[in-house]
Formats: sequence, structure tokens, C-alpha cells
Amino acid sequence: MYQIDDLTKTYRQGKRVVRALKDVSLTIGDGELVAVQGPTGGGKSTLLQMLGGLDRPTSGTVKLDGKDLAGMSDTQLTAARAETIGFVFQNFNLIPTLTALENVETALVPSKIARQSRTARALAALDSVGLGDRGDHLPGELSGGQQQRVAIARALVKNPKVLLADEPTGNLDEETRDEIVDLMVGLWKEQGLTVVLVTHDSVVAARTPRRLRIAKGAMKELPPR
Amino acid sequence: MFFTYLRRELRNRRKQTVVVAIGLAVAIALVIVVNAVSTGVKDAQSEVLESVYGVGTDITVDQPAEGPGEGGGPGRFDFGEGEGEANEDGTRELAQDRLSTAMGSTPFDASALETVAALDHVSGVAATLGLQNMSFSGEMPDMEEGDGPVTMQMGPDGSGQGSAGGSSFEIEQFTITGVDPDATAVGPLTTAEVADGRTLEAGDKNVAVLDATYAEQQELAVGDTITVGGKDLETVGTVSSTTGDGVATASDAYLPLATAQTLADLADQVTDVYVQVDSAENVDAVAAAIEDELPDASVSTQSDLAEGVTGSLSTASDLISTLGTWLSGIVLAAAFGLAILFTVSGVNRRTRELGTLKAIGWSKGRVVGQVAGESVVQGLIGGAVGLALGALAVWAVNLAGITLSGASGGLTMGGPMPAGAVQGGDTPPDGGGAFGERADAFADAGNAVDIVLQAPVSLWIVLAAIGLAVLGGLLAGVVGGQRAAKLRPAEALRSLA
Ligand SMILES: Nc1ncnc2c1ncn2[C@@H]1O[C@H](COP(=O)(O)OP(=O)(O)OP(=O)(O)O)[C@@H](O)[C@H]1O
Ligand SMILES: [Mg+2]
Repeated sequence: MYQIDDLTKTYRQGKRVVRALKDVSLTIGDGELVAVQGPTGGGKSTLLQMLGGLDRPTSGTVKLDGKDLAGMSDTQLTAARAETIGFVFQNFNLIPTLTALENVETALVPSKIARQSRTARALAALDSVGLGDRGDHLPGELSGGQQQRVAIARALVKNPKVLLADEPTGNLDEETRDEIVDLMVGLWKEQGLTVVLVTHDSVVAARTPRRLRIAKGAMKELPPR
Repeated sequence: MFFTYLRRELRNRRKQTVVVAIGLAVAIALVIVVNAVSTGVKDAQSEVLESVYGVGTDITVDQPAEGPGEGGGPGRFDFGEGEGEANEDGTRELAQDRLSTAMGSTPFDASALETVAALDHVSGVAATLGLQNMSFSGEMPDMEEGDGPVTMQMGPDGSGQGSAGGSSFEIEQFTITGVDPDATAVGPLTTAEVADGRTLEAGDKNVAVLDATYAEQQELAVGDTITVGGKDLETVGTVSSTTGDGVATASDAYLPLATAQTLADLADQVTDVYVQVDSAENVDAVAAAIEDELPDASVSTQSDLAEGVTGSLSTASDLISTLGTWLSGIVLAAAFGLAILFTVSGVNRRTRELGTLKAIGWSKGRVVGQVAGESVVQGLIGGAVGLALGALAVWAVNLAGITLSGASGGLTMGGPMPAGAVQGGDTPPDGGGAFGERADAFADAGNAVDIVLQAPVSLWIVLAAIGLAVLGGLLAGVVGGQRAAKLRPAEALRSLA
């Protein structure tokens, strides 16, 4: 699914230059579930941004399905994010003024499908995360775990090839964390997705077949268990 | 989704929405009111002008007096020695009628009328002869031989009565306009309608039509006679102004032009030419052409005349054109600024939200459109409220019936004149009675036209107001949208809440 070669990302902050990723090379196969671990500031989120086409690498290539994200135009990147890549965030990032159902629907807005089938698909996605009856609730009326379920439904409603999650359980208590991890692992198994899960929680990482560690911009593979 | 999201967002930040909308509403209401009132004041100004110069007069031509003291002036009475009837108590009964051209104007040859009529783009002309009639009656002390003639001078516009050095007298004056009964398209009578009897007709001779207000004041009616320049004329009708109730017309009395010329001993002479021009854009060109043809004449266009309008009307006009324009400009700028400020701060607050939408595949255009859409709708709400507010304010202004009064500079107007008293001094040692004191007060008080302010709201200004509101929203949307466009989708991953 992903073929990453010599990926480097540097940030310039005034005079200071931060090398968030240094010559990272990595292959992620179709349908893999990979955990990315590491200390804070190590470069985990930066890697996820590169994988998701949210930002451009300073050098190197990030091939998704054989196409280099680094060489794509803004429009192409936008299309890739709209169709191929699903995101889940630590802070859920739901639109506070829209209901759960409408939040899920926002992911289908770029694909311009008819309103009725959009709503039907969003409802089905909410159902699959166990919130079929909470569609008309605003995010503020839902618990953290429920909000993250809505966010997962939003990420998956468009049937992406890749699911990228940045600390999806970082803001949740242990019990809810386990529910969410169960849900994600379950969906991964069902739908044959490729999942990259950034976490500094080793309990979460322990649920995945493959683990990577990034520290100071350098990446290494952790031994499988 | 666009409208759902837009509606929710605006409802969610109700306070900002209300503040921005009210800001725009106030600004737009102000623009509407200022425009309506200024249109109303302009209308009132042209009404004042119409009451003097008639409807459809684009240019007036007259010839100002060359200098003071020439020809004795209209208010001068000269009595030769032994004139009048001697009374037993040593005084003398004197009576004199003087008919002369109106103050400040010089008669000129009527051929000017043909000259002007022959010019391109002139669609109508009429000439009038503005006169002033003064009559003196009273008694003066009998002069002894060798004292020379007695000269008395009155204020140019004034009637007066008084006594000095053993004399008692009365002076009455009224204004007369000689008009051509055939030329009805332009001229002072275009704003006059018959109140009683009839108006002047072709072939009329030695008859007069009176201003209804003057007639009432003088207790004159159709069939009565008035004395002009010593000659008795029959009153065939009275006219009142179409400009408003109780508004005097341009002159106290109207005579056929030929009669006026004969009585004033001014054959083929006129004092004013009224010119109608075929279209507004030719007015200046025609005015210039007249100035070329008649170098001695003073040529005034409607806008020149408008500048000559005095009174509360001109104060209102100045106020609205300076303060009103400035105020609405400043408030408009403030409202736009407010809209922009709130939109930008809204985008900043929603950095993560908008970044997330980009991260999940919303295009730049869609995100910008959403932000701009919110601002434009805010502008529309402001526009609608402003329109209602403005309409309400204009309605209130019209309901209040604000009366503006204006007088036009160049011409002596008719109508009721207040009786003024002339201060009489002691008879000077040489025995002549000199009564001076220009009675300026006479000129100011009587001839103002009162007009109730009617502020119209045109469709054009309604559209312009809505346009301004949308523009304000659009401007804020563009500035806010630009911010949203620059926003990186990676902002979605920022961990700060
Ligand atoms: N937009 C940016 N501008 C400048 N420096 C940045 C930016 N984003 C990240 N960095 C820097 O790059 C390095 C890697 O950051 P990154 O967010 O990838 O770390 P992380 O592993 O996700 O950490 P955390 O566990 O705290 O989320 C850090 O030193 C960070 O300060
Ligand atoms: Mg991170």
C-alpha cells in the first residue's frame, strides 16, 4: 500500500531548523495494521501527515498505491484525501455545530453523491460503530468514546483504502480506550483496510501485529510478538 | 450540507452574527435615510425655485443693476415746490405713484428673447418685466420758498408709514410682473393656478391678475381695481401657487406684458428671460451660448439658482451633504470593519475545525465558500434589517412633517409684506425730509416658501443598500476566506484543544 523512500521533513522555525523525519524508508503492505510508537516530539504525527497527504515532504517519496503523494498537485492531494484516506484524530475533531449524522456526512460531501444515499450511508456507518440511534446528537451531547466512534464512522463512511489514526485513544479512559481499539481492530479485520495507528500507549500497540518506533526523526522496526 | 452548516454556524455564534448584522443594518439604514432626506431636500429646493421661476425653467437671464443710486431708485419720491394741495394748517397733501423696475434689475431690450430662442437646444422661452409699484400718500409741512424740492427716500422693498417733522404719510408697495399671456410653457405662471376668475389671455389689455395671498391681504377681489403707475386696472382673476398651501406666487400682481411696458414707460423692454432647454446635458452649453450672445446679461442655471436658496432649507442641504455623507461613510466603514474583524476571528477560532474539513477531503474552494457564505448571509440579514430600519426612519421623517423654509436669492417675491415703520428723524435744517434706512428686514421675512420635507425612497437606493450589505459581507468573506484558504490541513492534527 505504502512505499516510502528516504523521507525527510524539516521544519523551519525562525533560525531553528527542526528535522522531524530523517531519511525514513518503509513499506506498508495492503491490509496491514501497523502501530507507530515513540516519545513525544519524535516525529509520529509528522509521519502520519506525510502518509495522509496533509503536508509535503522536504525530500523523498511517499507512494500510495504506486502514486507519489509528494508529486501531486493540491487538487490531486485533496482528491486522495477525499477518496482513499480516512483520518481519526486524538481530539475527535468533530464539527461542534453539526449532529453526529451530519458530521459523518461531511466526509461524503466532496464525492457529491445524492443527498438521500449520503444520509443512508452515513446512518449505516454510524450503525457499524454502534451509534445508530445517536445520529441527531450534537458532539457536545456525546461522551468522548462516542465522539471517537462518530469520528471513526466519518473516516470509514467513504470506504477508504487507508485509515490513519493519530493517538485515537489519547483522550480516553482505559475502558473506553479498549472499546475503541476493539472497534478499530474489528473494522480492520472486517474490511481489509490498511491501518496506521500512532500511539504511545504500549497496551494499544500490543494489539497490533507490527510495531514501528520513531524517535528524533529516525525510525526502526520493533520485533514482532 | 452548505446551508445546514451555514445556518448552524451562524446560530451558534449568535452574538457575533447579531452584532455584525446590526452594524451593517445601522449603516445601511443611515445610507437610506441620508439619501432619502437629501433627495427630499433637493426636491424642496427645486420646489422653491419652481415657485419663483416656474416649472421647467432651466436657465434665467436678467441684467443686474449697474450700481447703486442710479435713476433715483424705486423708493424715491420727488415733490416739486407747491405740489399737492395746501392745507390750512400749513401742511400740504401729497400723493404720488411710482412704477419702476424691481430692485436690482435693469430692463433690457426684448430682442434678447428672439436671440435666445434662436439658439440650439432651446425648447421654450418667455420674457417678463418685473416691476415694483410704490405709492405715497400723506401730508408734509408746507415748505417755504427757497427751501428747494423735498426728497424722500424709502427702503427699496419697503412700504412704510410714519411721521417726521410735522408730516404723516403712508407708503405702499407691491410687485408686478408683466407676462406674455401666449407664452405658457415656461415662466413664473407655470406654478400658478387660477383661484378665482381667470388668468391672463391673449389680447388682454389694462387688466391685472392678483396673487391670491396678496389679494386676500389687501381685501381685493375679482372685479376690483388696483392702481398701477397711476392707472386703474381691473382685476380679472386671482392665482395661487401649486407649490403648497398658503405659498405666495412670484409676484403680487400679473399684467399683460404690453400693458406693463406701457405703464412703466419701458416699451419693448423686459427684465427676465426664462429659458427651457431640450435636455439636461445641454443646459451648460446653452447657458454659455447665451452669455456669448448677451454679454451684459447675468445667466443663471438651475444649479446656480439652487445655490442661491437660503433659509433652513439651505442649512438642511448643507448639513445633509456634509455631516450626513460623512456620518454614513464612517458608520459604513465601521460596520465593514466589524464584519471583517468578526469573520477573521471566527476563522482563527475554527482553525482546527476548518483544517479537519480540509484533511477529510474538502477542497479549498469549498471551505472558503463556506466561510464567505456565512459572511454574505450575515450581510444579507444586515441588509434586510437595515432596509426595514431605514424605511421606518424615512417613514418617521415623513410623518414628522418637518417644514423647511427657503427663499431664493435673485428675485423679489410677492406675497404678504409686513408693514414696517420707518424711523423718522428731525427735519434737517435745510427743510428737506430725508427718510432713509434701507428696510432689509422687509426682504427677509415675507418671501420664504415653506415646504414640508418629503423624503422619497427610490428602488435604486433600495438595491444599492442591499448591494452595500452584500458587499460588506463579501468583503469580510474574502478576507476571512483568504485566511481559511491558507490554512494547512495539518492543523487538524494540532493537539491543542
Ligand atoms: N508545523 C511545525 N512547525 C515546526 N516544527 C514542527 C511542526 N510540526 C512538528 N514540528 C516539530 O517536529 C518534531 C516532531 O513533531 P511531531 O508532532 O511529529 O511529534 P510527535 O511524535 O507526534 O509528538 P507527540 O507525541 O507529542 O504528538 C517536533 O520537534 C515538533 O516540534
Ligand atoms: Mg503527535
